[in-house]
Amino acid sequence: MSGTPLAQPRVFARNTPDALTFDRVTSRFAARRRRDESYVALSDISLAVGDGEFVSVVGPTGCGKSTLLNLAAGLLRPTDGSISSFGVPLDGLNRKAGYLFQADALFPWSTALDNVTAGLRYRGTHPVEARDMAEDWLVRTGLKGFGGYYPHQMSGGMRKRVALAQTLILDPELVLMDEPFSALDVQTRQMMENELLELWATQRRSVLFITHDLEEAISLSDRVLLLSAGPASRVIGEYVIDLPRPRDVSEIRLTPAFLDLHRRIWNDLKAEVLKSYEQARLG
Amino acid sequence: MSRRVLAEPRIGRTALFALRAGVLIGLLAIWHLGGRFGFLDPFFFATPIDVIARTWHDLGTGDIYRHLWVTTIETLLAFAIGTAGGIAVGFWLGLAPLASLVLDPYIKAANALPRVVLAPIFALWLGLGIWSKVALGVSLVFFIVFFNVYQGIKEVSPVVLANARMLGASRRQQLTSVYLPSALSWVFSSLHTAVGFALVGAVVGEYLGSAAGLGYRIHQAEGVFDTVGVFSGMLILTIFVIAVDAIVSLIEARFLVWRPDAGGRPDAA
Ligand SMILES: Nc1ncnc2c1ncn2[C@@H]1O[C@H](COP(=O)(O)OP(=O)(O)OP(=O)(O)O)[C@@H](O)[C@H]1O
Ligand SMILES: [Mg+2]
Repeated sequence: MSGTPLAQPRVFARNTPDALTFDRVTSRFAARRRRDESYVALSDISLAVGDGEFVSVVGPTGCGKSTLLNLAAGLLRPTDGSISSFGVPLDGLNRKAGYLFQADALFPWSTALDNVTAGLRYRGTHPVEARDMAEDWLVRTGLKGFGGYYPHQMSGGMRKRVALAQTLILDPELVLMDEPFSALDVQTRQMMENELLELWATQRRSVLFITHDLEEAISLSDRVLLLSAGPASRVIGEYVIDLPRPRDVSEIRLTPAFLDLHRRIWNDLKAEVLKSYEQARLG
Repeated sequence: MSRRVLAEPRIGRTALFALRAGVLIGLLAIWHLGGRFGFLDPFFFATPIDVIARTWHDLGTGDIYRHLWVTTIETLLAFAIGTAGGIAVGFWLGLAPLASLVLDPYIKAANALPRVVLAPIFALWLGLGIWSKVALGVSLVFFIVFFNVYQGIKEVSPVVLANARMLGASRRQQLTSVYLPSALSWVFSSLHTAVGFALVGAVVGEYLGSAAGLGYRIHQAEGVFDTVGVFSGMLILTIFVIAVDAIVSLIEARFLVWRPDAGGRPDAA
C-alpha cells in the first residue's frame, strides 16, 4: 500500500504528462431536501493515470466510482481540488477522453452503424469514410452484419459492444470505462476482456477502468486502486499488478502470482464491502 | 400501438373478415328492415340503399371531389402549420426553463378552452374561405404537438445526452441529433390524434360557415332536411378519415422502426 497521498502512476515515458491527475479532489452533492445534509461522495482524492497506463478502480457499490469517472470526463465539476488531463487543467468537458457509460447510452433512434459513426459525424468526417471505419469497428467488436439493427433489437452484450465501438472509433487518448462488462455472462465477458486487452496493446491508450469485480481488475490492469466505502470515500489502497503481458484473462487467473495479488487486495476490499453492507442494512 | 395484454384469440384471417362483414351486414339489415316495417322513419333515418346509391352517384359525378379537395387542403395546412408551430414553441419552451415557468398557466388556460368557440371569431377575422378552417385546425393541432415536443425535450435521457457531448457534439449537434429525434418520436406517436384534430377543425369550420368542403355539404343537406344527403356525407367523410389514417400508419411505421414497441421486444432497452 502506498504511504504517499498521491497514488503514483507507473511511469512508461518519463517526459509525457500524465493522462489524468486528481489533486485532492472532493465531490459533494447538494441535499435533495432542505433539511438533509449535502452528501460527500468523494473526499480528498489524489490519483494519477500515466500515459498509456491501464488503471482499475474497485470499491463497494455506491462508493462513488461513477462519480469519479464523471469528474474525469468533465461532466461533473469537483467541489474542491483540481483535475488535469495531459497536463492541462480541466475546464468543462475533457476533450481527450472517451467515456463508456455504465448505463445504456446508445441513441435508441439510430442503427448500430449510425451509433458507431456518431462521433465521426460530429467531427465532420466524410460519411463514406466514417461508414468504412464503422464497418471495420463492427467487425472488430464481433458485430459484423448487425449494422442495421436498432439498439432494442440487440442483446445487452451486443449493445455494450456497439457502445465500445462508438467510443473507441474516435481513438480517444484517455478511455474511461464504467463497469463495461458487468452485464455480460462469464464467457462473453472474458472474450471481450481479451479483445479489450488486444486493442489496448496495439493502441496503448490510457485507460481508467471501473469495476466491482476484483478478478477483472487484476487481470486487465497495470495498477488497481481501492476506494473505501462511502460516504466521503477515499483511495485506501494501491496495488501494482506486475503480471506479465500479453495476458489471457482466463489463464492468468490460475497463476500463483495472480492468486497472491487477489488474496492481498481482497483482504482490504472485504473490510470495505462489509462496512458498506452494514451501512446499507442499518440505513 | 397497443400492447397485447390479452392472448390473441385463435382465428383465421378469412374467418375474422367474414365475422366483421357479418356485423356490418347485420347492422345494415336492421336499418333496412326498420325502414321497411315502419319503426325507423325514412324521413329521419334514411335507408341504407338510398344512402349507398346516393354516395355511389356522388362519387361518380365528380362534384364531390371539389369538396374533398378543399377539406384535404384545409386539413393538410392545419396539420403542417400546427405541427411546425408546436415543434418550434415546444423546443423553445423545453430549452428555456424560465420562459416555460412564466408561460405555464397561460398555456394550460389556452388549452383548456374548447376550441370550437373560436370558430366564429376565426370566421370574423379570416372570412369564410379556407383560412378560418385552417386556423381552427391549427388551434387544435398546435397544443397536441406542443405538449408532446415539450415532453420529448424534458425527457431526453441525460445519459444519452452526456454520451453525445462526450462524442464531441456541439450545442447545435446536440439539438439535431438528440433533442430533435427524441421530440419527434413523441410527435409521431401523437400523429393520429394530430391529423384527426386537423380534420375535425376543417370539417367543423366548414359546417359552421363556408362555401365548400365535406362539412359544408353535410350542412347543406341538413338545411333542406335531406337525411340521405347527411348520411351520405358522413359515409364519405368516414371513408376519407380511414384513408388518411392508413397513410398516417404507413408514415408512422417508417419513422418509428427504432421503437421497442414496433419491433415487439417486451424488455425495453
Ligand atoms: N446526482 C446525484 N445527486 C445526489 N447524489 C448522488 C448523485 N450521483 C451520485 N450520488 C450519490 O453518490 C454516491 C456514489 O454514487 P456513484 O454512482 O458514483 O456510485 P458507484 O460507486 O458508481 O456505485 P455502483 O458500483 O453501484 O455503480 C451514491 O451514494 C449516490 O447516491
Ligand atoms: Mg457506478
